[in-house]
Amino acid sequence: MMRYDVEAIRQDFPILQTTAHQKPLVYLDNAATSQKPQIVIDTLLNYYKQSNANIHRGAHYLAAKATEEYEQARETIRHFLGADSADEIILLRGVTEAINLIANTYGESQIQEGDEIILSVMEHHSNIVPWQMLCERKKAILKVIPINEKGELELQAYEKMLSERTKIVSIAHASNALGSIHPIKKIIDLAHQKGAIVVIDGAQGAVHLDIDVQELDCDFYAFSGHKVYAPTGVGALYGKRKILEAMPPYHGGGEMIKEVSFEKTTYNGLPFKFEAGTPNIADVIAFKAGLDYVQKIGKQNIHAHEDQLLQHATKQLNAIEGLSIIGTAAQKVSVVSFVVEGCHHGDLGTLLDAKGIAVRTGHHCAQPLMAHLGIKGTVRASFAMYNTLSEIDQLAVGIQSAIKMLK
Amino acid sequence: MANHSIEEKQNEIIDNFALLDSWEDKYAYLIELGKKCPPLTDEYKTDAYKIKGCQSNVWIHSYLQHETLIYEGDSDALIVKGLVSLLIDVFSGQTPQAIQNADLYFIEKIGMQQHLSMTRVNGLASMIKQMKLQAIQFQHSS
Repeated sequence: MMRYDVEAIRQDFPILQTTAHQKPLVYLDNAATSQKPQIVIDTLLNYYKQSNANIHRGAHYLAAKATEEYEQARETIRHFLGADSADEIILLRGVTEAINLIANTYGESQIQEGDEIILSVMEHHSNIVPWQMLCERKKAILKVIPINEKGELELQAYEKMLSERTKIVSIAHASNALGSIHPIKKIIDLAHQKGAIVVIDGAQGAVHLDIDVQELDCDFYAFSGHKVYAPTGVGALYGKRKILEAMPPYHGGGEMIKEVSFEKTTYNGLPFKFEAGTPNIADVIAFKAGLDYVQKIGKQNIHAHEDQLLQHATKQLNAIEGLSIIGTAAQKVSVVSFVVEGCHHGDLGTLLDAKGIAVRTGHHCAQPLMAHLGIKGTVRASFAMYNTLSEIDQLAVGIQSAIKMLK
Repeated sequence: MANHSIEEKQNEIIDNFALLDSWEDKYAYLIELGKKCPPLTDEYKTDAYKIKGCQSNVWIHSYLQHETLIYEGDSDALIVKGLVSLLIDVFSGQTPQAIQNADLYFIEKIGMQQHLSMTRVNGLASMIKQMKLQAIQFQHSS
């Protein structure tokens, strides 16, 4: 294997050369969003300079060029997820829109009174609220898988929860708040034995973990581009062809139709049935550039580097008196959530920010999890391919100096 | 009576912050203010006195004394409590009318507006709004 040259990678990300409060930026908020390499920024700019046209309809040179680039992006995403066909890849805004789409189409047509939907206590609000809204409409029941003290799902409790009434299981690939990687293959197999479908929220999984939707046999897998070094406002939803074909459309409008008359409208085939209106063409094309960049560096190489960062951070932070890491699952993505006795997470975040260190503080859009853990929030440091061991040392020093000020 | 006006109080704070060079010094000062600010008794640490829109818990309570308002406040985050204590310093001992009419410019002048995260700026705005609302209530009841 080639040596992992993190300094060369950092050179590809212009924002990492900037400062925050006159200090070199130490960006450790990657679970919220990743920074973008130059190639993604260039692709965005060049699209408007050289390719801009509306896609799938114009009969001219630019329309054909933009359409081809757009569809190439879909093909790259198909390959990234290991899907069988690009027809199974729906392009949308991100995981939030994907979950809402499934709840409002599959959910709306399949869920009946008394049916059960299973989530986990660690889900992000975007994988809770759309299901709650569906359950309210349909008088269905939401069931929640508990976790153990390390932040791992209680699989035995999950197995007991499953029944013929279970219709949907919707679980994150990895927890945004604690970093725990969930055993989704097992979760999927168990759900299928009861005839339920499984939705995987890949917001944190796609950037850190290998994905093969066919091997996983998941029914849906959603992820957001902006967490995988691509622009904000674009994401993808994989769905099994059979399920997508049976689903009613989501938004009505142009692009998603075959023929429209005031008497009856017939719908377009996959994936266009779910893509009403002019999409975010420029960002989708730059989405491809982000995924290509990841492939170029190599997912395996990135994982090995991130794992090293996680181990180092865990060791450094555990050595700080009064600090407790929240979430110590055996399998974790590069996320470290922690609390410090006697120090408010908001104060810690503000003091780290003054040193140019960007972390996330608060409930991480997982209020039910925080309530379950009996805490108001945590400080979360999350690492990406361009972070360094020395940045983690700076974080540890920053935390220690903040504690001194606050105590 | 040597009661300083809202303007004089604000100018005093601006002068104090002018002596602090770095953000860390400013925060260290706010933390000290937060530590010095007496805690609110538990009877006022309830939803009725809680300020909405803050990432941390903030409670502000006020009462009338010789036709001026006295504010007390608390927060579970020290830097925020330091900010609360600045607001208390500016508003306490002023008449409800003066508080309602006050134009608060010190937050921007000491750089906190730009520096604190959006959520906390909104929180600060909520605190000021709540303090002014309390002043209006006292004016109508007096």
